[in-house]
Amino acid sequence: MNLAFGFPLGQSGNALDLPGSLRAEPRLSRWLRFAPDGTVTVTPGKVEIGQGILTALAQIAADELDLPIERVRVAAAATPGSPNEGVTSGSLSIQESGVAIRHACAEARAIHLGLAARRAGLSVAELRVEDGVFLRADGTPVGDYASQAEEALLEVEARGDVAPKAAGARGVAGRPRARLDLPEKVFGAPRYLHDRRLPGMLHARMVRPPARAATLLDLREGPLPGGATVLRLGNLLAVVAAEEWAADAAAARVAARARWDLRESLPDRSDLPAWIEAVPTQRGEVARRDDPAPPAAHTVTRRFARPYLAHASIGPSCAVARWEGEAVEVWTHSQGIYNLRADLATVLGLEASRITVRHAEGAGCYGHNGADDVALDAALVARAHPGRPVRVLWSRAEELAWSPHSPAGLAEIEASVDAKGMLCRWKAVVRGNGHSSRPGRAKDPTLLSAGYLDPPFPLPVAIDAPMAGGGGGQRNAVPGYRVPSLDVSMHRLLEMPIRSSALRGLGALLNVWSIEAVMDELAAASGQDPVAFRLRHLDEDPRGAAVLREAAAMCGWPRAGGEGVGTGIAMARYKGTGGWCAVAAEVEAAEVVRCRRLWIAADLGEVINPDGAANQIEGGALQAVSIALKEALDFDRLNVTADSWDAYPVLRFSEVPAVELRLIGPPDAPPLGAGEPSLGPTIAALAGAIHAALGVRPRAMPFTPDNLAAAME
Amino acid sequence: MPVAFTLNGAPVRVEAPEGMTLLHALRGPLGLSGPRFGCGAEACGCCYVTIDGEPRPSCALPAEAVAGRSVGTVEGLGTPEAPHPVQAAFLEEQAGQCGYCLSGILVSAAALLERNPDPDEAAVRAALEPHLCRCGAQNRMVRAVLRAARAA
Repeated sequence: MNLAFGFPLGQSGNALDLPGSLRAEPRLSRWLRFAPDGTVTVTPGKVEIGQGILTALAQIAADELDLPIERVRVAAAATPGSPNEGVTSGSLSIQESGVAIRHACAEARAIHLGLAARRAGLSVAELRVEDGVFLRADGTPVGDYASQAEEALLEVEARGDVAPKAAGARGVAGRPRARLDLPEKVFGAPRYLHDRRLPGMLHARMVRPPARAATLLDLREGPLPGGATVLRLGNLLAVVAAEEWAADAAAARVAARARWDLRESLPDRSDLPAWIEAVPTQRGEVARRDDPAPPAAHTVTRRFARPYLAHASIGPSCAVARWEGEAVEVWTHSQGIYNLRADLATVLGLEASRITVRHAEGAGCYGHNGADDVALDAALVARAHPGRPVRVLWSRAEELAWSPHSPAGLAEIEASVDAKGMLCRWKAVVRGNGHSSRPGRAKDPTLLSAGYLDPPFPLPVAIDAPMAGGGGGQRNAVPGYRVPSLDVSMHRLLEMPIRSSALRGLGALLNVWSIEAVMDELAAASGQDPVAFRLRHLDEDPRGAAVLREAAAMCGWPRAGGEGVGTGIAMARYKGTGGWCAVAAEVEAAEVVRCRRLWIAADLGEVINPDGAANQIEGGALQAVSIALKEALDFDRLNVTADSWDAYPVLRFSEVPAVELRLIGPPDAPPLGAGEPSLGPTIAALAGAIHAALGVRPRAMPFTPDNLAAAME
Repeated sequence: MPVAFTLNGAPVRVEAPEGMTLLHALRGPLGLSGPRFGCGAEACGCCYVTIDGEPRPSCALPAEAVAGRSVGTVEGLGTPEAPHPVQAAFLEEQAGQCGYCLSGILVSAAALLERNPDPDEAAVRAALEPHLCRCGAQNRMVRAVLRAARAA
């Protein structure tokens, strides 16, 4: 119970007291509705992005309502009916949406049960709920949700006065559950937005210029296949056709007929650190502590660099739009339908109320990818074809090269241990572009094609959320280890030649690695085992210590290496407020570094679907293996050149390590999210393993032969 | 030009102009959704189908190239009522996250079990090597294929 304001929940009438996203949307009917057929439909504002959230939310609702999960439907979010839960990001969907649905369902159950009790002349305590039916102690039914479904009982605001079930009383949440969406995906059924076929639908492709900064000088006319037509809006080009093959074929022809003035606008790829250090920045203090510190006995000063990264989703971004008069309906796999709507309104010059944004599932989403951008593309092209739905599918080149990218960065750390081998000083400076160019947050739109219209919209420079909101580039820049003197700052770049935004983990990819690498070096400098050294600084963080001990035990730490074989271990609490995760990694270094095994221990607090959470944690770790060992976005001064799987390789089946994983969180602790905690520790553990195998400490990602050779110099 | 071939065991006929790939034909006039577009360059595995039993990418192959041949897609493997052993095993192992790569992976997995009913783990990984899974569900998928082999 939350007594922060000095009175019990529910008597205040203050939505600020309500749990999770009920604060933003307290009306119960916006979260769930019963139907006369005995089902309930839950309507979260969070969306399925491949992470399995719909299943977890259904589990929560089934538990609180005492309904079989088979009778729980979860609706895709759409404006204007869905609660505005912002963006599905930050590993926050259970904390925000799940907690809201849990409390909303608990209140809905109490309201319906209370009415049934009054009508039966009984007290609520004399009734129980089984399979959605209200029963007396002797099992006689006195009513059910289904028969009360049309009484509009949920047209009230949440009061926050009904406690959800205790952890031990839950029967569905907390147990492994098969994903609700997986059967359709296994049988090839049309579930994705990409599969949507509306009557009269047209297919469109965008034709991007050969450079970021480009002016269309001339477009040679000529025949196009399949009746395709060209649409030109300033420097934006698209082709439209009735059939998809014709749109593809026409796009290739139009690209060859366009003549552009191209301007260099990208930094020198060969020396990104120099560019990052030369760009004007805005400095922000992240953390500072000035407790008395003993003198330093050993000091380590290091600089770590990371490249730009691509989301590299397997399915290119897709959207469908249809105009009727001065209103447009957009189907999108965006993470934030209201945020997208706001930027669409700005670019299209429409009232938001004239734009309906409906979520539909896309391919795996790991952050702010091209989903929002392609939604604008579809709306722009469809405006030229009133009444006709227009589907835009991006190419592989657009998906890799034109989506927002995770920005390059530098972390400089100077840290010391005292004569007793305890941390005494820690200074860190993190540099790079901001990690958010999400739509709907600034005066100007952030959508790609807005910058190519006539007149173009200026593209806002990416920002970082404040630490209270999870941070961006500074995420996880503050070590979780106790240290008396601490000075961490973030220098956000004020120029953005490559559009930068959120990718799974954000700043944690660089920051957890750099912190853990320095911890390894300080342990070595002071003659301590890396695990024991970390544990000495985790006395105020027992859950962090527990995951680290667990991962160490799982891998049999300290592990003997061999010729070119070594193991590293690392730990972090995601964002400093989320889940704890420790990872041990074993690598084998021959021509390239290969990860053979991962051992992962995580404390995510309450876990709704343990199998789903394990899938997320392992998936995050494998994505981190790919990032750490293989990935860097290439570009020249004109454009991003990483526009194919050859140019941007990711982890393949033969490179996937064996994974052993344990979730050790207490089930009665608040849920902390599963999507992102494993990435930073995995990268850091790989770096430690490379040192154990080769004696070289990586200084730049990815840990390729070239970058490792440079680190030896 | 009209192209006639066998699709999931049934004869089909489709008008295939120059520029229409097999994937275009399957997702367009033939109305399937299982084979998916991922790259258009035969590099990711999303669009895999079998052609005369051999797993092949369909995204760059001209539709006319399958005239007279037999094409199989994920829709032809099984149904919710009568799933193919690999489909049942993928559900039992919960082998997938976003699922976009699954259609192609299931096609390759089923083709592997056709020619090698008892593959070891290395053979499974080799068979799935042309397929990318960005979500990181590969280990579950390998377990699922091995499970399907045991069940068959």
